[in-house]
Amino acid sequence: MITPPTSKTPPKKSSNPLANKERIKLPRQHMPERPAQVRNKQFTEVNLGYSTELARQEALRCIECAKPSCTKDCPVGVKVKEFVQLIVDGDFLGAAAKIREDNVLPAITGRVCPQEDHCEGACLLCNKGESLGIGYLERFVADYERKYFDLKNIKKATPTGKKVAIVGSGPSGLTAAGDLVAKGYQVHVFEALHEIGGVLVYGIPEFRLPKSIIREQVDYMRAMGVEFETDVVVGRTVTIDELMGEEGYDAVFIGTGAGLPQFMGIPGEHLNGVYSANEFLTRINLMHAYEFPKFDEPMVDFRGKNVAVIGGGNTALDAIRSALRLGAGKAFILYRRSEAEMPARIEEIKHAKEEGVEFQVLAAPLEFLDDGKGWLRAARCQKMELGEPDSSGRRRPIPIPGSEYEIPLAVAIMAIGTTANPIIRMTTPGLETTKKGYIQADEVTQKTSRRGVFAGGDIVTGGATVILAMGAGRRAAKSIHEFLISGKW
Amino acid sequence: MFKILDARFIAPGIKRFVLEAPRIARKQRPGQFVIIRVNETGERIPLTIEKSDPDKGTVNLVVQSIGKTTHLLNSLETGDSILDIVGPLGKPSEIQNFGTAVVIGGGVGTAMAFPTAAALKRAGNRVITIIGGRNKDLVILEPEMREVSDTVFVTTDDGSYSDKGLVTDKLRQLVENGTRIDLVLAVGPIPMMRAVAEMTRKERIKTIVSLNPIMIDGTGMCGGCRVLVEGKSEFACVDGPEFDAHRVDFAVLVQRNAMYREAEKRSLDEYTQEVEEKQKKNVAPPPVEVVGALGEKK
Repeated sequence: MITPPTSKTPPKKSSNPLANKERIKLPRQHMPERPAQVRNKQFTEVNLGYSTELARQEALRCIECAKPSCTKDCPVGVKVKEFVQLIVDGDFLGAAAKIREDNVLPAITGRVCPQEDHCEGACLLCNKGESLGIGYLERFVADYERKYFDLKNIKKATPTGKKVAIVGSGPSGLTAAGDLVAKGYQVHVFEALHEIGGVLVYGIPEFRLPKSIIREQVDYMRAMGVEFETDVVVGRTVTIDELMGEEGYDAVFIGTGAGLPQFMGIPGEHLNGVYSANEFLTRINLMHAYEFPKFDEPMVDFRGKNVAVIGGGNTALDAIRSALRLGAGKAFILYRRSEAEMPARIEEIKHAKEEGVEFQVLAAPLEFLDDGKGWLRAARCQKMELGEPDSSGRRRPIPIPGSEYEIPLAVAIMAIGTTANPIIRMTTPGLETTKKGYIQADEVTQKTSRRGVFAGGDIVTGGATVILAMGAGRRAAKSIHEFLISGKW
Repeated sequence: MFKILDARFIAPGIKRFVLEAPRIARKQRPGQFVIIRVNETGERIPLTIEKSDPDKGTVNLVVQSIGKTTHLLNSLETGDSILDIVGPLGKPSEIQNFGTAVVIGGGVGTAMAFPTAAALKRAGNRVITIIGGRNKDLVILEPEMREVSDTVFVTTDDGSYSDKGLVTDKLRQLVENGTRIDLVLAVGPIPMMRAVAEMTRKERIKTIVSLNPIMIDGTGMCGGCRVLVEGKSEFACVDGPEFDAHRVDFAVLVQRNAMYREAEKRSLDEYTQEVEEKQKKNVAPPPVEVVGALGEKK
């Protein structure tokens, strides 16, 4: 239970009564979650969030480093020490405001950011035991804000009179929009789909990131003055040149995300029952196919059937856990390396196992087999062993001859990554792209080869994480501001 | 929300909508399509653009009632709105002076073929159009096609209008008469496009078909619309919707389009039932006045 705000003025100095050696003895507070056998049948959120008491207990663990590496390792530079101390002080809205100085989507990153790779991975408490639960605390503060902060209290910045177009409403675009509107720019966000949020909406399932939370975070941005327009495919409905020309934008940020799903190019991928993770997750998340026929978008019947997801990233785990919730009899992850090389978050792997997902690692499909009527019947797979590290630094999977085997499958979902969407590349002359079709942008300024056009997120880096895209959005906002003030490219 | 400025049936079960969609109207080129979502619980379906008027900011869609969504859409009237329309999507048709182009429209596919026929004509082609329909009532856009074609042939399956037979019968006649054909564009039901492709393959006539696979986002993101083209997956929404007919695996297209047949049937059945129940409820209550056998008030 979150308790309502009190009117007392928070003290200026940290009120943590504990000495550091006492703090490091405190255990990390666990995130309360729905029981695995309950949650694997429903799409409601798995994690339940800290209570006020748990949050304060956890906040007391922070040892207030002089040079906090958590902030340094955060792609958007959230002032962790400060916001955690505000929790200790009991000033939760103050803590939220502190996070918002660097992060416009706290309720989202508090849920889906891989903290173990950033702030929590850098936390000095790791040396003594478990890191501070920074993500859980961020989520607590953000949820507190959602409940008790009145959007009417948002102060709008003085208008600069300049207009910025943001292409794509995913994490990088929303972040850039938030930072720019706070500086007084008129910010207009274009989204191709009918809902705002990009991959947050179509990619991440309800049980990890409820849609209502995305809507609320977007409403906050609306209250800041950001304008949103759905149903616009930039490149088709309007081009970058038209935005910079007749539509009168002074700068454009392209944050269109990764885009096209990859397939393996093996026989049988066109069979009915073989999905890309993007399609499967879009049907579930954006189109609510799990609520068919209340919602019109259909989904094949998963009940009692064998389902496999090919891949080992967060998308793969989102897909297989969704498959379980659709009633899959058996749910497999097929991954060609071992569990140690899986790019998915540790928490997601743990949750998936608890829910009953079977991990078949060191295995890859060679072919999908037909039931004679155009539907998937089985996958012929091959076992792998690990060789020397490849260019990604991970050990390369090597097929073991003669190890082929068949698994009966009704559905196979390919979650093996994406390639660049070609629409903006094809319709924007002079915009330089890499050999793989990603937009070339400076790593620090996010400037592209076109004056006034910036880009960031997966359309520049290829598939990455929400927080890395947000980092790019922040850098872009900063250099858009510099560009619009100086007029220098 | 996109306002319906005009909606009227042009054939049984086929309705033309004039929609207020200025951005799409400005950009639409022949061969492109839109994706619509009627309401909050609706699915996203691709639809044909018949034509657009950039000055008025309007787009014309021609919709045939087939499943729940198209039935629901065709129940809308002038003054109603559609929640989402996004487009124009897909690559525009390749327009150049090929020489003689045969444009084949089957059923509602004629609406999709119409803007390309017009553009081919403007580019200097001799345009021979073949419109096919199951019967007289289902032949659409004949006057419009006559305006942009040098010759128009109409075939009906049952012979209730013009020539009895299939569009391929007429195409074969043209080939056998020695008509020089440089390009064939066929838009219509899959079996029709497949039959056209098989016929022109032998004659080595360049043939383009416009495909309408299952699609969600229409921007390349989901991969649901993948089409097997010479053994390789291509996406109809970004690589198409037009493809070289001789490279398309039509059997896979048919198989993939049947993927949700059961769910589609269930949706339509439930929708039909819902409409019927509503109609029952909406039946006017019996009049208060007692009316005599000849209708005079008592």
